[in-house]
Amino acid sequence: MSGETHYGEGEDVFERVKTMMQWTPQGRALGFEVTKLEGNHVWGRCPYKPELIGDPETGVIAGGVITTFLDQLCGMAAVLAMKEPSMVATIDIRIDYMRAATPGRDVLAEAHCYKIGRNVAFVRAVAFEDNAENPIAHATSTFMVNATRKFGANLREKKT
Amino acid sequence: MTPQERLTAALARIPYASFLGVRAELKGDELTLVLPYSDHLVGNPLLPALHGGVVAALMELTAITQLAIASKSDKFPKTIDVGFDYLRSGKPVDTYARARVVKIGRRIANVQAEAWQNEREQPIAAMHGHFLVSEEEKAGSGQ
Repeated sequence: MSGETHYGEGEDVFERVKTMMQWTPQGRALGFEVTKLEGNHVWGRCPYKPELIGDPETGVIAGGVITTFLDQLCGMAAVLAMKEPSMVATIDIRIDYMRAATPGRDVLAEAHCYKIGRNVAFVRAVAFEDNAENPIAHATSTFMVNATRKFGANLREKKT
Repeated sequence: MTPQERLTAALARIPYASFLGVRAELKGDELTLVLPYSDHLVGNPLLPALHGGVVAALMELTAITQLAIASKSDKFPKTIDVGFDYLRSGKPVDTYARARVVKIGRRIANVQAEAWQNEREQPIAAMHGHFLVSEEEKAGSGQ
């Protein structure tokens, strides 16, 4: 990969990003999709599923699903903003809820990596059903850049 | 019904808690939610590490359930805002979470939570958040 181009550029970028989304078992289990890419912005869909309901009285999807979706989409926006792709690790994410998600409807979101440095990426996201002017939630997050670790690092015995 | 049974029944009514595989343990008024490891909870298959969103979800569920106990309400409170700090990578083992209700006001409650794996003193993530506990819900507790 050339040092001049961003990871979020090139003709095959959509395929690469779809592969990235499919790579995460929890993302697959929840059925996340990437729908659009533009610069350091990424749009995605979290399909409504009855098994993801958090409030059985209203049928509203669980907050944890929205958190997972926004965390994933923000992480992708961070990778898209890089010159050379690397693993990212969430440092923190804060989610503000403006309202409950509408029962029975898919949740869409847009994430934007507005600043990336050598160590940290800053990403904002908004979740909605139709458009960002009627938001369900806003997220603010930071990610550690170059968080690449050895394969199976979490399977080894911890250091004493 | 014992408090433990009521809690288990309340969690069983939440489809997403079953999707994650979460179960509750109550000792006195202290609640621990347990998330047994499962392959579908992974976010990074190379390490492998639990998805940060899953750990966040566990802490939020713990906070909501602990708050429901503290406010003596059968209804679950609504999340206003939640912040999650990630301290360590979540290993492919069982994860636990506990929450502390810092304050319950007339309308808003402040709650903190922590998640850990093998060692309680080595948390993998922390949460703080605000939740809406309406007067109507508190009044309807019957306790």
